[in-house]
Amino acid sequence: MTAVGLAAARDPAALPRLGLAALALLLLWPGLRITEFNPAVLVDPGNAATMGRFLSQFVPPALAPDFLLLVARATIETLAIATLGTALAFIIAFPLSLMTSQSLSLSAIGPSRDAALRRALRYPWRLILIVLRAIPELVWALLFVRAVGLGPTAGVLALAITYGGMLGKVYAEIYESGSNRPARALMEGGAGRLQAYLYGLLPAALPELVSYTIYRWECAVRASVIMGFVGAGGLGQQLELSMRMLNGAEASTILITFLLLVLLADGLSALFRRMLA
Amino acid sequence: MRAAGTPMSSVADVARVAARGEAGAPALGVRALSLDHPGGRRALDAVDIAVCRGERVAIIGPSGAGKTSLLRILAVAQRPSEGALEVLGADPWALGAPARRALRRRVGLIHQAPPLPPRQRVVTAVLAGRLGAWSLARSLVSLAYPLDLAGARAALARLDLAERLFDRCDRLSGGQAQRVGIARVLYQRPEVILADEPVSSLDPALANHAVGVLVSEAIERHITLVASLHAVDLALAHFPRIIGLRDGKVLFDLPTERIEDTMLEALYAQEGFAPTQHGRALELSAQRLRGMAQ
Amino acid sequence: MKALGIATLLVIAALVWASAAYLGFHPGAIFDSEARAGMLVYAVEFFPPDLSAEHLGAIGKGALETLAISAIATLIAALLGMLVALPAAGRFGLAARLAARFALNALRSIPELVFAALMVIAAGLGPFAGTLALALHTTGVLGRLFADALENTPREPAEALLQAGSPRAAAFFYGTLPLVLPQCVAYSLYRWEINIRMAAVLGFVGAGGLGQMLHVSLSLFHQAQASSVILGMLALVIVVDQASAMLRRALASVQQ
Repeated sequence: MTAVGLAAARDPAALPRLGLAALALLLLWPGLRITEFNPAVLVDPGNAATMGRFLSQFVPPALAPDFLLLVARATIETLAIATLGTALAFIIAFPLSLMTSQSLSLSAIGPSRDAALRRALRYPWRLILIVLRAIPELVWALLFVRAVGLGPTAGVLALAITYGGMLGKVYAEIYESGSNRPARALMEGGAGRLQAYLYGLLPAALPELVSYTIYRWECAVRASVIMGFVGAGGLGQQLELSMRMLNGAEASTILITFLLLVLLADGLSALFRRMLA
Repeated sequence: MRAAGTPMSSVADVARVAARGEAGAPALGVRALSLDHPGGRRALDAVDIAVCRGERVAIIGPSGAGKTSLLRILAVAQRPSEGALEVLGADPWALGAPARRALRRRVGLIHQAPPLPPRQRVVTAVLAGRLGAWSLARSLVSLAYPLDLAGARAALARLDLAERLFDRCDRLSGGQAQRVGIARVLYQRPEVILADEPVSSLDPALANHAVGVLVSEAIERHITLVASLHAVDLALAHFPRIIGLRDGKVLFDLPTERIEDTMLEALYAQEGFAPTQHGRALELSAQRLRGMAQ
Repeated sequence: MKALGIATLLVIAALVWASAAYLGFHPGAIFDSEARAGMLVYAVEFFPPDLSAEHLGAIGKGALETLAISAIATLIAALLGMLVALPAAGRFGLAARLAARFALNALRSIPELVFAALMVIAAGLGPFAGTLALALHTTGVLGRLFADALENTPREPAEALLQAGSPRAAAFFYGTLPLVLPQCVAYSLYRWEINIRMAAVLGFVGAGGLGQMLHVSLSLFHQAQASSVILGMLALVIVVDQASAMLRRALASVQQ
């Protein structure tokens, strides 16, 4: 044991940690104030009574035949919205992915005078894709509800736009991750870009494209319900109605249906992807 | 305690048993102890060993002999399949959980591969040795700001690692990590130290020094030390009693001066395999081994 | 492609066509000249966005509120999630594991928006409802991720401490948590990035922040103000993404 060592034993991490802790508290306090964080509100007699009554109605869920029929129709509507929306997104994504993919760049084959210009031309399309993706799909849903009215059309359009952007980006990435030699060879042989794409890139990439799209469909089912909540049709719109009327039994049925629907979509998606593999 | 039929027995054992009453109460005892691995292989087979308080014992033997299993059972980290186990006067597996935890606190196990969280600092890893004695509040505070810097430093200094106090464990070499594991058990101040190949990653000089530290700790504090060692020379040089383990059975259990070459050969013999030590062929001459590590 | 694959594609195509038919979706109907004109007029009214100082100030406050909602909610969810992750990782037996996993799955499956509507009933309009809603849903997500991480963590360090007589809680903090913390923090930061987007939209049902502002603007047909709120949302998302990336880099080098 050396006396020298003992004297100098101070934790070098102590001060930075103290500083970090102080900073965290400094940020936490205003955060709690801004969010009006007040757990006491939850046990306020008025709120608690309403909430309690609402929750107690969850069991048993509403099972009246005509209501169940309504829920069944809404479920089919949600499935239709998700399917059509994803299909339209697929159609939008195709040209967009082509425009932004580097795999089909003629200038990548060999140096050309306007290589920089061509690269620059890709950016506007990339920007469009980014903008389409950055605005939350719910915002699009809200906008479309205002534009075309309540109902499934708004949901389909909102899905088509946001998922179109998302799919476009992923498709481009799939093209770039695979080998582009077949396509390049075709273009070097004088084929046009579209031909090079159809015969060179597409056959190899198609399984992965479709698989990802089907996975996106699964997410679209969930998204359709959420968008329905702001008026875009389907199960979500029914849920919003029931909750607005504080009808706990109906809300319970719809929630259970939603959970089963998500499971079903999950299963179907896995099944289709397996069958395509 | 010696069961009949073991090949080597010693008059000294009998004397030791007789003197147990005054020299020291039993610290560790196993009788007809067996351990079966899940695959069905027998790791330990009817082992009988008794260790008194304050004794220093080395366990040697080839790989797979069961040294680690034996030490883990003695450390109350593993249940035996058959047989009787006594640790510090109690049957640990007959106790309730809180009593067993208190018992474990008094036994320190040095692992061959020290289980140190990579991003944890050495000081915290060493202080963790005394978690059994600290309240939860104190443990949590110490996590943010180590409360016993001097104590941790002292433990590390004995192994020449004091300057690494605030380094991260994943910045240590294998040998340094092993020494931190030793420091942690030293900081724990248990009544029994069980060491499983504690110096396997250290060069011969450091290994000799580290074993010396463990032995002097045991002598100073009158505690029990049981160490399994690869390096037979270290065992013979530092420990008054050697147990030879092979294929889960005790081959011999003798005071050091009675160890002979033939015993070591029998212990380590394998068809067509010459045991090595520090990269050289193992010198199975007990005389020379005793003289080597001084 | 195999026959099965082609058959599947045909089935999918048929389902798409059936969906269009069920919904009465006629591309013509949407894009007929009248509807198109209406949409165009509606869209044009979004430009230019309202950038008056007063409105920008309101957006700033809304953005701060949204930021606070997402941050506090993610923090609560990380703490609660770790708490529930312990039984969900099997630390307290099989029955507890099943119950905890079921609870986490339920929380994960219910969309944040539904929670928000529920919390508005329980806590009234405003950011507190949004915080609770986001916290509940995110607890399900993070709890499941933490539980999986815990189950994949080596047990040796904690077991070594238990063997030395440490109480179980202390062995967790000294032996398991250091191993699993970097991953958990990464998950939480990643989730915060997602939550900032969700917090923005939860306001649609009255749970505060920019979402509530957007809902109000659109309902009052103030398109110009709505578009600047959307721009504010975009800016907020970009800022949080950058901050989260910086935090992750900084924390990667922190010691214990």
